[in-house]
Amino acid sequence: MTDALVPILAATLAAGTPLVFAALGELVVEKSGVLNLGVEGMMLCGALAGFAATVASGSAAVGALAGLAAGAAAALVFALLTLTLQANQVAAGLALSIFGVGLSAFAGKPFESVALPAPQPFALPALADLPLVGPVLFAQPPLVYLSWALFGLVSWFLYRTRPGLVLRAVGESPAVAHAIGYPVIGIRYLATLFGGAMAGVGGAYLSVSYTPMWAENMTAGRGWIALALVVFATWRPGRVLAGAYLFGGVTIAQFFAQGAGAAVASQLLSSLPYLATIGVLVLISRNPNVIRLNAPVSLGQSYHPDA
Amino acid sequence: MRYLSPLLAAALTILVGYALFSALGRDPLAALHAFFVRPVSTANGVAELLLKASPLMMIATGLALGFRANVWNIGAEGQLILGAICGGGVALHLEGAASGWGLALMVVAGALGGMAWAAIPAFLRTRFNASEILTSLMLTYVAALLLSYLVHGPWRDPQGFNFPQSRMFDDALLFPLLVEGTRLNASFLLALAVVAAGWVFVHKSFLGYQMRVAGLADAAARYAGFSATRTVWIGMLAGGGAAGLAGLAEVAGPIGQLTPSISPGYGFAAIIVAFVGRLNPVGCALASLLMSLLYLGGEQAQMELRLPAAITGLFQGMLLFFLLGADVLINFRVRALRRAGPAAASAGQAA
Amino acid sequence: MQGAAAAAPPRLSLRGIRKAYPAVVANDGIDLDVAPGEIHAVLGENGAGKSTLMKIIYGVVQPDAGAIRWEGRPVAIASPHAARALGIGMVFQHFSLFETLTVTQNVALALDGARDLAALARRIAEVSQRYGLPLDPRRLVHSLSVGERQRVEIVRCLLQAPRLLILDEPTSVLTPQAVQRLFETLRQLAAEGCSILYISHKLDEIKALCTGATVLRAGRVTGTCDPRRETASSMARMMIGRDLPVCAHAAAAPGGEPRLVLAGLARAADDPFGTDLDGIDLAVHAGEIVGIAGVSGNGQQELLRAVSGETPLGAPLAVQLLGAGVGRMHPGRRRKLGLGFVPEERLGRGAVPHMSLAENALLTAHRAGGMVRAGLVRARRATAFARDCIERFAVKCGGPGAAARSLSGGNLQKFIVGREILQAPKVLVVAQPTWGVDVGAATFIRQALIDLRKRGTAILVISEELDELFEICDRIAVIAQGRLSPARPTRETSVEEIGVWMSGLWPGARAAGAPAGGTGGATATQA
Repeated sequence: MTDALVPILAATLAAGTPLVFAALGELVVEKSGVLNLGVEGMMLCGALAGFAATVASGSAAVGALAGLAAGAAAALVFALLTLTLQANQVAAGLALSIFGVGLSAFAGKPFESVALPAPQPFALPALADLPLVGPVLFAQPPLVYLSWALFGLVSWFLYRTRPGLVLRAVGESPAVAHAIGYPVIGIRYLATLFGGAMAGVGGAYLSVSYTPMWAENMTAGRGWIALALVVFATWRPGRVLAGAYLFGGVTIAQFFAQGAGAAVASQLLSSLPYLATIGVLVLISRNPNVIRLNAPVSLGQSYHPDA
Repeated sequence: MRYLSPLLAAALTILVGYALFSALGRDPLAALHAFFVRPVSTANGVAELLLKASPLMMIATGLALGFRANVWNIGAEGQLILGAICGGGVALHLEGAASGWGLALMVVAGALGGMAWAAIPAFLRTRFNASEILTSLMLTYVAALLLSYLVHGPWRDPQGFNFPQSRMFDDALLFPLLVEGTRLNASFLLALAVVAAGWVFVHKSFLGYQMRVAGLADAAARYAGFSATRTVWIGMLAGGGAAGLAGLAEVAGPIGQLTPSISPGYGFAAIIVAFVGRLNPVGCALASLLMSLLYLGGEQAQMELRLPAAITGLFQGMLLFFLLGADVLINFRVRALRRAGPAAASAGQAA
Repeated sequence: MQGAAAAAPPRLSLRGIRKAYPAVVANDGIDLDVAPGEIHAVLGENGAGKSTLMKIIYGVVQPDAGAIRWEGRPVAIASPHAARALGIGMVFQHFSLFETLTVTQNVALALDGARDLAALARRIAEVSQRYGLPLDPRRLVHSLSVGERQRVEIVRCLLQAPRLLILDEPTSVLTPQAVQRLFETLRQLAAEGCSILYISHKLDEIKALCTGATVLRAGRVTGTCDPRRETASSMARMMIGRDLPVCAHAAAAPGGEPRLVLAGLARAADDPFGTDLDGIDLAVHAGEIVGIAGVSGNGQQELLRAVSGETPLGAPLAVQLLGAGVGRMHPGRRRKLGLGFVPEERLGRGAVPHMSLAENALLTAHRAGGMVRAGLVRARRATAFARDCIERFAVKCGGPGAAARSLSGGNLQKFIVGREILQAPKVLVVAQPTWGVDVGAATFIRQALIDLRKRGTAILVISEELDELFEICDRIAVIAQGRLSPARPTRETSVEEIGVWMSGLWPGARAAGAPAGGTGGATATQA
């Protein structure tokens, strides 16, 4: 029984990890009042850059860093447009997603037939030998451990530090934060770049560690699912983590069901993550007070001190 | 002023294209010529331009109605697929019985199919307050899988050597060609009709006015008693219906059957077309020509310059980025001029 | 103390301050001196440039020209941080608080270097006790009344031991009794040596509190004075350049039929930070103006939305218009029956900022003007209506094609009021008719309402300006904590009585929790 469960649970964690990175990053962005719909595009940029750097250097760590840098660079374009130039955040986010898809597809052509060796999981000494939890939790690729560190970091930063308090305050009322004397635009820049960097790492994890390969549009909507997860989690890091693994589970269940020869069309199983996303969105959104009490008040609204 | 930034954005895109081609080691002028001029230097090329512009202008016009009211339907690609499935399904069932009303029935089925797919996010938004941005996009993936299931399974052509595609539609069920020897068909006229109807709705109708108010100031719309629910429904259904028509026009036009991929991303490109066309139907029609040219240029680049056709997507994204940036720059110039105005006037008084 | 002030340099001294915006020169050659321990008024009507001047002193806005001296030294105040470092504190008119954070967190955000929140909470409790401003540091700001929020702002300033405290229109959110308590706190502060800049347009308060005053008009200083030696009308002449205009007001003609009836109107707020309405009864008759007074945030917004139909009710009879139960109808259907409505927010609700006045006429007047036929807009009719409205209500603007946002607050308000009146409403509901409007436009609007009453319209006015309500209303009721008092004939009541009622204490009022608006502090600290 446990023998059958271990690979499923381990695979669930692995499948949820890109969502953990992207959604935690977007959570911080949205907490500052910025809605960046370009997660899908930033993940794709990160995935391609990570893959290319890993191929060139032979090191997955270099790949992850390249993904981080590419995601942040993509976010910088968005930040320039929306924060400095005051463009509509929804339009700019869509543009970033479309651009990211186009850029990565164009620049990624030469890498489509390249193969990377599957990375070895990094078993934590002693912990990995624990029954059940050991192989599930502690025999994972390094980026999975890093995603947990990121979770701890984001939770601690937002709720235990003064800069985190300032970030949340900016997201609630940029005008008030400005009146008190905080550099609203600068803070939003940092949050947006952080979100992009994390989306980039999430993408790099997909191409370098999870699959590992490069294919056009390989994120297959994970960036959008990450956006939905942030709403589903009512902007709380703990629930983002839980939601990401829930989706990891849905993805994995589909593979195992197909592997087990379930008498259902494969397309129906493949559509489960998307249908589940719609389901959880409806579940959370139907009570407007849940959103009203948890969503950053200024989410998606442009702010400029001179206006 | 409003119409300056699309031109500026197009110019900047071409400029970056020049730099990009140079960086890739191609002669930039020759490459730009191949990309932007050669595709439309023949009558057949112009016909292809109009053919590809048709779905773009239809969808963009429909989406623009919603975007004006802050209804963000970004799932037009999925609605297009549903239009193709429904219209195509009718075509497959009309085997042999085809006549004049067959195509009309397919057009209706296509539009209704797109509307039905768009109705799901509209319902979830108005009833459960769920973001139509995310739900409409998720449904796009589901629509693609649904089409894949149909052409791999129940609707696969038994004589098709196991290819995942349906049987070819009867000739009588395809849009008649407008110009013999080209692929340009009567769906182009349908697209023009959609643009005209969109223009009347946006500029002349009271409903169009109400949706504009909803987009500019939703508290004012509530104050005046304009229904927010109706705004969402109209916005979503307009985009869905237009996308459904476009999907039907693809399968009952150049493709002639159902295949797993019937659109090279028209539903997403139309979002850009809508913005570049300033959310104005006539603007959308013009912008769709530019976007269509980017598609043709991408194909040309693949053949002549040995560059991936994905370069089209790169140019599309850049175009929208530059548009958003140019908008701000132009607004900023206007603001700066206005600011300079009164200051200069009061300085004059002081002197 | 006068002698000491003469010897020491002024705490703050401004010379030739100028600030120009694209549309208007907000400050032009402003000179201002504040002595240590002085309570100095900055007096001027809406749009005179008071708020801009205060933002310059607090470092929010940079002046185009002029010099600032702080205790004799020339300084440049580059940011609010710099202002606070000098010892300047500011209490904003529109509070600068974060609703979803606690009192302590809010204070910490404005205090440079406050790390230990527990210690800070103790200091907040201590300072608030000392100055008679009771507060519970643990509460979330959205659960506080408006008066309590103002206390958070003041305490936040006091924790930095300020040497100059700026208060921008602080009494607009307080009951008359709470105003007196605030004045005691301010006098205590001044006696301890803190200078106070007191921004207001209320002449009586300035006479009662301030020892010096600088008067602004259209961005320029028109005089300085000692308010204790002036009369209200002499200061008014400095402020607006002529005597305060008065409205021509005929006696009420009783006996009109009830046109707008609220019967047991109750509704839980949609907004988790909103106020629940409870058992509201009121009748407004043809040919009378009924006013509703109250401290803001006591259910005015919710009541207005329920009456206008922006948030429909479950019970049809809770709102009755000309005898018909309209509680479940949306705003359009109520308008059809003869309801006109002027909301509090002019830009974004009463008018669409980016649309022209002609298009804004279409917003609500499309039925009356025959502006829509067969679903299509008849633009010419809308333009003609807008032009008519502009002429008859003396709206200063660039014509029917001018964008709503290009108008000044007073002119836009005249346009909106005019648009509603020209539709010949049987019932007109007006929120804050003259908020943020210059004196000339305010008088014009009040007179227009009085004239409309004469023609038999039933008018309901909701305002936070008691003076205004006493000037134009035939009867006055008070809203507190989502409940409505009985309406009293204006001639039979007084500002004092209405002031007590604003705390929720009218005869027969059901005993409830802490009344909002300034007297509820004692209960708050016990929580």
